[in-house]
Amino acid sequence: MISFLNANATIIIYLVKIALLLFIVLTVNAYLTWFERKVVAHMQSRWGPHRVGPHGLLQPLADGAKFLLKEDPTPAGVDKFTYFLAPLMALALALTSIAIIPFGPEPLHIRGRDITLGIADLNIGILALFAITALSVYGVALAGWSSNSKYPLLGGLRSSAQMVSYELALTMSVVGVLLLAGSFNLRDIINAQAHHPERGILGWNVWPQILGFFCFFVAAVAETNRVPFDLPEAESELVAGFHTEYASFKFAMFFIAEYTSMITVSCLCTIMFFGGWLSPFPASWTFTHYLPSVILLPFGLWVIWDGIRYETIFGKIILPGVGAAITAMGAVLIAFPAVNEFIQGPFWLLGKIFVFLFVYVWMRGTLPRFRYDQLMSFGWKLLLPVSIANVVITAFAILMWGAR
Amino acid sequence: MTTVETATGTTKTMVLNMGPQHPSTHGVLRVLLELDGETVIRAVPDLGYLHTGIEKSCEDKTYSQAITLTDRMDYLNPLGNNLVYCLAVEKLLGLEVPKRAQYVRVLLVELQRISSHLVWLGTHAIDLGAMSVFLYCFREREEILKIFEMFAGQRMMTSYIRIGGIALEPPAGWRAAVDRFLKMMPSRIDEYESLLTGNRIWMGRTKGVGYISAEDAVALSMTGPTLRAAGIAYDNRKMFPYSSYEEFEFDVPTRTDSDCFARYMIRVAEMRQSLNIVRQAMAKITHEGPIRTDAPGIVPPAREKMKTEMEALIYHFKIFTEGFSPPPGETFVTVESPRGELGCFIASDGSPKPLRAHFRSPSYINLQALPKLVTGQLISDVVACIGTIDIVLGEVDR
Repeated sequence: MISFLNANATIIIYLVKIALLLFIVLTVNAYLTWFERKVVAHMQSRWGPHRVGPHGLLQPLADGAKFLLKEDPTPAGVDKFTYFLAPLMALALALTSIAIIPFGPEPLHIRGRDITLGIADLNIGILALFAITALSVYGVALAGWSSNSKYPLLGGLRSSAQMVSYELALTMSVVGVLLLAGSFNLRDIINAQAHHPERGILGWNVWPQILGFFCFFVAAVAETNRVPFDLPEAESELVAGFHTEYASFKFAMFFIAEYTSMITVSCLCTIMFFGGWLSPFPASWTFTHYLPSVILLPFGLWVIWDGIRYETIFGKIILPGVGAAITAMGAVLIAFPAVNEFIQGPFWLLGKIFVFLFVYVWMRGTLPRFRYDQLMSFGWKLLLPVSIANVVITAFAILMWGAR
Repeated sequence: MTTVETATGTTKTMVLNMGPQHPSTHGVLRVLLELDGETVIRAVPDLGYLHTGIEKSCEDKTYSQAITLTDRMDYLNPLGNNLVYCLAVEKLLGLEVPKRAQYVRVLLVELQRISSHLVWLGTHAIDLGAMSVFLYCFREREEILKIFEMFAGQRMMTSYIRIGGIALEPPAGWRAAVDRFLKMMPSRIDEYESLLTGNRIWMGRTKGVGYISAEDAVALSMTGPTLRAAGIAYDNRKMFPYSSYEEFEFDVPTRTDSDCFARYMIRVAEMRQSLNIVRQAMAKITHEGPIRTDAPGIVPPAREKMKTEMEALIYHFKIFTEGFSPPPGETFVTVESPRGELGCFIASDGSPKPLRAHFRSPSYINLQALPKLVTGQLISDVVACIGTIDIVLGEVDR
């Protein structure tokens, strides 16, 4: 057995990593829905989910169970194969794109093996990622077409057009970053932003590439079909858009795909423009390495305190448990400097991703929806020219003063 | 289905059945849309999915009983419906309503106008994707409904305005409640405006969308904010004052651009004007005074009188069993509802029940303009246009 494990270590490590990442991404997805509902609710002066579990924390599980148990009718006249294929495709492609994201700088050393954080470390990382996200339009288009219904058809048409046009601006807007880094590899792009460790936040790509960042973020929001670009599923116009005819877990698949691509885009934003796992502070400020514990410890204690005075028995048990785990994590980070050093990269990366996810939710709570023609003219007449201009300016600047 | 010429050759159009179950037709309106791509070539509204037969039911109720039916017509404006019906019956009977009751009526109807506009703004905003405004609007509407509950014991179907006056003495503490609302509301309206008015996306979605010329609007006998957005300052409160509106000072906001944005701005301005009227009405309502006219046999006697006086007891019994009989004749009264000119026609044959009750409902008549507004626009604009006409299906299909 041991010899088998040793002989096939690489494959097994990959399989474990894939399973782990899948588990994490799906859990984060589920709690992203909770987070979104909670944040939007508080923005709208209501409570959001608060019945299932303490603070509604078990709501995602309840939703998941509901999706699995619901009847899954297939409407008459659908193109069966495509109808089943579409949600699968949407979900599979969305999950695949996560595989390319690196989650931390240092590999984990276990029994003499280096285990990198992240699954695929491709030298054409960003290209592969865009290739995968570009394919995800198929899920939406096929769903709209195969449903044999008019609202999904319109939704599918809208989103194919939208995703194809914004794909261009999305790709063009990162060219500046690629020119600066001189590589397609996501790790190289992050490391390129660490050329001047003493500058900290000022060394990130977002400053020289501020135009590119705005174009990228807007295009990415449009690419993920989120507010204010959620036309494919504009509920007030197209009922539910391309997934009108989907129910039960097939609907959940579209849902998970959408949230996964939200996470991917937040990862990309962080990596391309906000220094990935780099700390915003200059490298000499080593005391900032205790920031994770400084955040975790009080938060854990607060959760314990909140749990003790919670009104239900369940909450009284669960919340202090979670709080104790968080506090313990904070304590471990202080106690073991090696662990603390290792956690710095993932901490900043995840923190920045979280900020972007919050921005997504924030926009959802604030903005109205674009109209189809306005969306198209915005994409083609503003976003694309600006991002091309950004490429030209960046290239010219690099020619004049060099990449660094 | 027809064929149309497009830039790439002849294509077939698609007929899209929008409604009756659709999130943004505001109830059960069905619109048949003939589409070329996303462009609307023809729109045919199809009504009747919420037909309640309220007008017909009125014929089988005594004059007092029918008030409760009017509540349920335009369910965002129940007090306004009560008012127009009561005004019509009072005109038929020749009753004069005490000033105090008139001011209370004005106060409540104006609060109702604000609450109706709030529902309108909220639903219109959510149609265009601005989700938060919807909940903000309903938050403030809740305060108004609480005030109604104070007055009438009911949040929506109040039936508070009665023939000859109002149902109950204004409750203790109503001034404080209304005052609190008046203090809160202006900043809340600013809040909605800060989210929408200057928003580029909002302007893009509403400006130049759903234009109708003033001539067309008049020809289609549109009324209310939709007409005022076309530049015609037609407001029943000014033109044919009722319930002492001539004693109140307020402006009739108008605009000339006549698109969805103009209609939005008009309604927001009207909310502010209504707050102004509510403030004036508060000052005019005296602490003491009659709330019902003294008309034995028509207006129910006060509770105490009924318990102590034989005659009052007999009147009370007769009013609530047989009803009262107005002289034979016909009458037509209009008021300004949040949606436009709300009229009530009542024909009496001298019996205790109306021979015919008919309501000129602004929703129904304004809805005629829908095909004109949306033809040549996109599907998204259809939603915006239905929104800014501000229809209430309960009133469309009385």
